[in-house]
Amino acid sequence: MTGGAVEENSRVSNKRKANRDDRGPVLSRRSFLKGAGAAAAVAGVIGSLPSPDAQALVEEGITERIGPGPTIVELKVNGTTRPVTIEPRVTLLEVLRDHLGLTGAKLVCDRGACGACTVHLDGRPVTACMVLAVSARGHEITTIEGLGTPDRMHPVQRAFVDHDALQCGFCTPGMAMSVAAAIQRNPGLGLEEIKRAVAGNICRCGTYPHVFAAALKAAAEIKGKV
Amino acid sequence: MSRRVNLRLGFSAEQRDVTVVIPDDEPTPWQFGERLGVVGKPAARVDGPLKATGAARYTYDVNLPNMLYGAILRSPYPHAIVRSVDLSRVRRLDGVRAAMGFDGEEVRFAGQEVAALAAVSAQLAADAIRSITVDYQQLPFVVDMESALRTEAPKVFRSGNQTASSVSTRGNLDRGLAEAAMVHEQTYTTSVQTHVSLETHGAVASWNGDELTVWCSTQGIFAVRDDLTVLFNLPPDKVRVVTGYLGGGFGSKFGAGREVVIAAQLAKQAAAPVRLMLARAEEHVATGNRPSSVQKVRIGASRDGKLTAIELTQHGSGGIGGGSGSGGPFVTVYQCPNVRTDERSVFINAGPSAPMRAPGWPQGCFALELAMDELARKLDIDRLEFRRRNNADAVREQEYELGARAFDWQSKSNASRSKGPLKRGIGVASAAWHALGVSGPEAQAIAYRDGHVEVRIGTQDIGTGTRTIVAMVAAEELGLPLSRVTAQIGDTRFLFSVPSGGSMTAPSTTPAVRQAAAHLKEKLFKIAAPSLAAEPTDLEAADGNIRVRFDPSRAIAFSEVCRRIPGDSISAQGEHVMNYEGFRQGQAGCQFAEVEVDTETGVVRVLKVVAVHDAGRIIDPLTARSQVNGGVLMGISFALFEERRLDLQTGLMVNPTMDDYKLIGSLDAPEIEAIFVEVANGVNNTGVLGLGEPTHVPTAGAIACAVYDAIGVPIRSLPITPDRVLQALKAV
Repeated sequence: MTGGAVEENSRVSNKRKANRDDRGPVLSRRSFLKGAGAAAAVAGVIGSLPSPDAQALVEEGITERIGPGPTIVELKVNGTTRPVTIEPRVTLLEVLRDHLGLTGAKLVCDRGACGACTVHLDGRPVTACMVLAVSARGHEITTIEGLGTPDRMHPVQRAFVDHDALQCGFCTPGMAMSVAAAIQRNPGLGLEEIKRAVAGNICRCGTYPHVFAAALKAAAEIKGKV
Repeated sequence: MSRRVNLRLGFSAEQRDVTVVIPDDEPTPWQFGERLGVVGKPAARVDGPLKATGAARYTYDVNLPNMLYGAILRSPYPHAIVRSVDLSRVRRLDGVRAAMGFDGEEVRFAGQEVAALAAVSAQLAADAIRSITVDYQQLPFVVDMESALRTEAPKVFRSGNQTASSVSTRGNLDRGLAEAAMVHEQTYTTSVQTHVSLETHGAVASWNGDELTVWCSTQGIFAVRDDLTVLFNLPPDKVRVVTGYLGGGFGSKFGAGREVVIAAQLAKQAAAPVRLMLARAEEHVATGNRPSSVQKVRIGASRDGKLTAIELTQHGSGGIGGGSGSGGPFVTVYQCPNVRTDERSVFINAGPSAPMRAPGWPQGCFALELAMDELARKLDIDRLEFRRRNNADAVREQEYELGARAFDWQSKSNASRSKGPLKRGIGVASAAWHALGVSGPEAQAIAYRDGHVEVRIGTQDIGTGTRTIVAMVAAEELGLPLSRVTAQIGDTRFLFSVPSGGSMTAPSTTPAVRQAAAHLKEKLFKIAAPSLAAEPTDLEAADGNIRVRFDPSRAIAFSEVCRRIPGDSISAQGEHVMNYEGFRQGQAGCQFAEVEVDTETGVVRVLKVVAVHDAGRIIDPLTARSQVNGGVLMGISFALFEERRLDLQTGLMVNPTMDDYKLIGSLDAPEIEAIFVEVANGVNNTGVLGLGEPTHVPTAGAIACAVYDAIGVPIRSLPITPDRVLQALKAV
């Protein structure tokens, strides 16, 4: 089972790397850990040890050195720029939940395997537990709270309620964000595409069949409006 | 004071008139064929918008001013004495506000709590916990069940590594076996499954003087309260437990677990609130599991397919916990005069078991049902027919019929087998359950002057939609639309209700809520009566009005009556009343499954499941269907994917994640059709029966039978992984 959200995550990274735009690449926790020594040297987490791989990171566009102590970072979340003081090791999920009070996204597996922390980065779903907050600077971050509120629900959220696509509700914010992104990409999507879109979102209560129904309904509604 | 009422009970195929004596103030139970306005109609759950927008606040989301973050240090050794815990370094660390060690304790599994601390940030707590040094005296351990049974095995407990056998008998097994024309004997095994609630165990604890408030991820707020009152020697009114929203439990979250107690202790020591939520690995290792099972099954039947003997000799291990029996289905589901079950629990150095969705039943059902299929093949009887011949339950008989029709059993049975590598197969399995509810719950119903009604009850919503169904029942009784009723739950400041387990929440809470609403209605009738020139006893509440029963044109709007409430509001209480003669004391169900097995890769895909269940009266068909989906999908996950793996050398769990521990995902979800056989049961005033567990009982059995049908060889061990399928095929 490949995590749809996780795939998206790396897709975002690749796209950013390719673009080399002024917003800088998105450094996922996975790639961060993969390049352990080098990344640590650049980010200064274990001091300023020189590393032969540092040059490679420079080539990838990672030139800035921050940390290891707390740094002020500005993140654009749900349309508003919010400054937070964080250590570079802090994930986007921790910032959203513990610093910004946006507790919709949940920490469940802490390794990008379950999708419960899915948020949008420039409209694409990523698992926020795998994204370092510092690397989300310059990107548009949308959380479940930004998708819609109880009084003004997004069509996907409305459809989740109508079709009972939620039980305990703990996976629901991530599930809804994956569905919303998939419909955004392709409002004409069918059942198989929906199943793949939430393949990285684990639900222990067993809401999948109702999620599929809700997603199809929301897609039809959104397509109708397009 | 009591009164006699005549009730018509039963279901479409069979009804019975019953006279019961009930308390005067108890509403007359809903009967067979009774048409209701709100109950029985699909309703979106009332807290859906909060859940779908991330606004629902779970324990894990509670964030208090000056709150500290707790962390637990756990033993890396499966068996050891904690000689000493050195907290001196962490106590000196800036930002660490409380620390505690469990010196002298005997650790019996890798992952048992050894020390804990609270710090000003989650990062600091995680760093600091690594600064604690522990002096362990390692002891010999055993994490393999069969090794644990050897006489020379290290002792998990001084009393030994197994419980005494628990034996139950009916009739005479030897006679039954002698009478059998055909006997089938085989051993079936299942693996340890962990609950994997998405919200891990944990709590936020906050002291105000000697008053303790705990937000807790629990299925039983009052059980947590009771545990804490004992531990801290406090009266019940000094401990408040709140569970607004709960991210799953599945049986693992009863009572104050170690992490809850630690959170409260750290908060007391630090004089600041502490949030302590477990990490995923801790959740897998330390908070419960469904025990393994090795089930030796012997069943015999006459030539015409009547069971004459059923025998189960079973052992299983829930680590350092017991309760691994799986005999339930063997003694309950099929009619057989001679039954013997022998169950015992084996202890190993692994995390303790906890009840998990129908404890023991999915394991037992798997073994019994696959054995039934193997015997049916020997007898050359259709597998569904074999079950019908041994079924004594009229409701299940109808369920077999409805399910077989919806599933198209007959034509699927007759379908010719594919010659290609993809083989299809079908299976059927039966369920039984007994969730009639228990007494104890009390509820309060309040009408406000603006015409709004609030129901308060100290239950909790594990995800089944409790908030919604209690509001629906009150709305029904008061003749109001659901939108006019709010349900407040999840707080021990409300009246008592039972833990959400044993599928007893709906059958235990709804009668109390209905009675509270009925009592509130009587009070409103007294207010309304003078202006309607009628006696209160002649009034009824319907369509948002209070009106004269024999002359509905004489009516006042419910909200108008509420405007006349003196003061702010008017309230009434109700309680769950038991002891009616019900239509039946059990519940029946059956499920049909179709699978496709790739004989080249060994991968099993479930294509379709038809689930037919009796849950008494269905309050909300929409959320009821969700529960069926949940029971079935968790059953598929148990059948095909889930297995806790322990390393024999280190005693550590090697897959304490959500990727290495495989769970069913969207791509594995089949089409599921839910069919309900509504039974007016009459055991209480709503006749609602539980649905959470019975829907999970037969799924794994039905899938194992379908795999056997597909490939012609039974796979007698769960999970049915590709390697097991390929091995089985190789052996043919």
